[in-house]
Amino acid sequence: MEATSSISWKAEAKRTLQFLRAELRPRGKIWTPFNLISGAIILTGAIILAFRFFYGLGAVTNLNQDYPWGIWKGFNVVTGVAFAGGAYVLVFLVYVLHQEQYRPIVRVTILNGFLAYVFYAGALLLELGRPWNVINPVIGNSFGFSSVLFLVAWHFMLYMIAQFVEFSPAIAEWLGWKRIHRVLHAMTLGAVVFGISLSILHQSGLGALFLMAKDKIHPLWYSEFIPIQFLVSSVFAGLAMVIFEGTLSKSVFKTRVSPSYHFSHERIVLSLSRICAGAMFVYLFLQTLIFVHGQDWKHLSGFWGAWYGVEIVGFVAVPCVLFTLAYRRRNTSLARWAAVGAMLGIVLNRLNVSLIAYKIGAPVRYVPTWMELVVALSVILAEVWVFRWIVNRLPVLGEAPAWTHAAEEASKEVIPHARPAAVQSNECSVASKEA
Amino acid sequence: MLFDDSSSRASASASGPVKPAAESHGVDRRGFFRTLGVVGAGVALAGETPAAEQLDDPFGVLVDTTQCVGCRTCEKECAKAHGLAVPEGGYRTTTSDQQLSIIQHHESTDPRVDMGVVFVKRQCMHCLQPACASACLTKALYKSPDGPVVWRASKCMGCRYCMVSCPFDMPKAEFDSATPRIMKCDLCADRVAEGKQPVCVESCGASALTFGRRSLLVEEAHKRIAESPEVYVHHIYGEREAGGTSWLYLAATEFDKLGFAQDLERVTYPSLTKEFLYGVPVVLTLVPPLLLAISNATRPAFAPEGGEHGSH
Repeated sequence: MEATSSISWKAEAKRTLQFLRAELRPRGKIWTPFNLISGAIILTGAIILAFRFFYGLGAVTNLNQDYPWGIWKGFNVVTGVAFAGGAYVLVFLVYVLHQEQYRPIVRVTILNGFLAYVFYAGALLLELGRPWNVINPVIGNSFGFSSVLFLVAWHFMLYMIAQFVEFSPAIAEWLGWKRIHRVLHAMTLGAVVFGISLSILHQSGLGALFLMAKDKIHPLWYSEFIPIQFLVSSVFAGLAMVIFEGTLSKSVFKTRVSPSYHFSHERIVLSLSRICAGAMFVYLFLQTLIFVHGQDWKHLSGFWGAWYGVEIVGFVAVPCVLFTLAYRRRNTSLARWAAVGAMLGIVLNRLNVSLIAYKIGAPVRYVPTWMELVVALSVILAEVWVFRWIVNRLPVLGEAPAWTHAAEEASKEVIPHARPAAVQSNECSVASKEA
Repeated sequence: MLFDDSSSRASASASGPVKPAAESHGVDRRGFFRTLGVVGAGVALAGETPAAEQLDDPFGVLVDTTQCVGCRTCEKECAKAHGLAVPEGGYRTTTSDQQLSIIQHHESTDPRVDMGVVFVKRQCMHCLQPACASACLTKALYKSPDGPVVWRASKCMGCRYCMVSCPFDMPKAEFDSATPRIMKCDLCADRVAEGKQPVCVESCGASALTFGRRSLLVEEAHKRIAESPEVYVHHIYGEREAGGTSWLYLAATEFDKLGFAQDLERVTYPSLTKEFLYGVPVVLTLVPPLLLAISNATRPAFAPEGGEHGSH
């Protein structure tokens, strides 16, 4: 008995290795314009990063003593993580509220969120001055419990694990690991619940990072409610990203998309628009309350008042109205435009807090170098490459293999909790036979 | 007099039970296991601030800008003591990663100001509850029990969150180095631990700088204002700014004209993040059961529990 199981285990390992080797080969055309351009950018980014590690951050960035954080933090980390918020909203809808209509997009959204965290946490490492000490807050030889960044860093790490667990059934399906699949599948709800809690905390935590910069951020963008503003805006930032990315995926990965995804995509976009409109309305209301409570009228004159108006009216209120119109008129292309507008609004807001409205009076304003822009873009493109590799191989957009359904059916029979339903269906079938 | 008193206290404390830095920051095994367990337990300690382990009355320095003649000896001695290039050229306006202590030159038309010029020494203020130390996720910046806020190379990962958080913008990063340090005045912590005074205080020939326990410095500053109310602005900068700093300033003209930020919080900066950090364990303990309850309550009728959603 033991001998046979070990042999089958060996055979399984061999099968998996062969399968992996076959899967690692590139698929499709290699020398496409996208690959050439993005490849060149990533290569340039890598060279710039080599410079950065040999000669220091000052060699490639415009960071100075007044602007210790540049676009790698303000854009890649602070903005990117807001866009990854779609994952926690979607798993809340599907696994907590059992809204099955969103199931076709839940995997791709989790994958997107997971990769966003991997690459943006990676971006964080790139811009650490002393990255070899990054192990300190992890292994516990020095825990700064009073630091918001400590909390954010730990939540990033834990959330990545939770998202990996949420996504892992897809990996097991890809590799054909049926037994492991059952275990991983059973862990999903736990990971989801933990992941949502972590998301609430680190989405708001990214805002809380700026709480102590009270004297440095223009009063129109600073309030003690920044954490809540960041949390609420991450809901529609993430969903706008889901709408945007779903539209792209649908055409780019035509062959990988399941019929159910294709069929339900329009409806999903419209109902997500509805949630976006609601979240944006809440956000606007919150902004208004903070504005009135903070007695900020005096700041409205001049450039910064106008700039604030552009952000709040142009890129929150207008997209909010567009989302509302989109679901009322069932117009998906309008929803896509609204999504783009909402995303620009998030970029604007996060950059305003972290860079643009930060230290307005500084003698030298921070403007990123071309090298910083290339690296920021490289991080995104590298993520797109990995995303594409996975979507082209794993059951992300498509249906799970048939055996997963069979396994689920089987597990229903075995688990005692499921008995009432099973008994009932048996009775029905018996009754129908008798009839 | 005050000077003698404070230095005797300094040596008394150095030989006393308070051992600054070094020993207490090694690997804390208990802390390690404590946090290895549940994260919730870890973040429950989020409210702990560096102030918890600090003496009530740290060392500090009183700067009487009416006494400073702008000789810049303190700048040079500071650079030598910290292994940095001795500054050349005119007066600086801000400290930098290569100059931790500077003398600023301010012209003033205030009749109280002697000769129309005020020299102001600037360096890290060594807050009683420093924003930088509470921002530091590795406790690389650390408020030592005797008062100095020090930076420890072996812990810092160079995230520069301290620079974002400090209301005085004192931590500076060496952006042009592949192994950058965070540079700021350390109040000569090693010397203070030995019962000596910081080099700047020792080298000051104009008796503009007074080193001692902060409570005595506050008393002394109030006394000077009371004795010469026509000379000084009736305000001790640093007494309440940012919740109180170890460096205290007296001046003959308004502090905002001397480049001091006037609109700083009177509460400590770490307290700005306190509510958020207190919320963390609350969210982590209340949200998961709530979500599980919602998930169970909204499960469609007859749907098997173990199947589709894989809960148990």
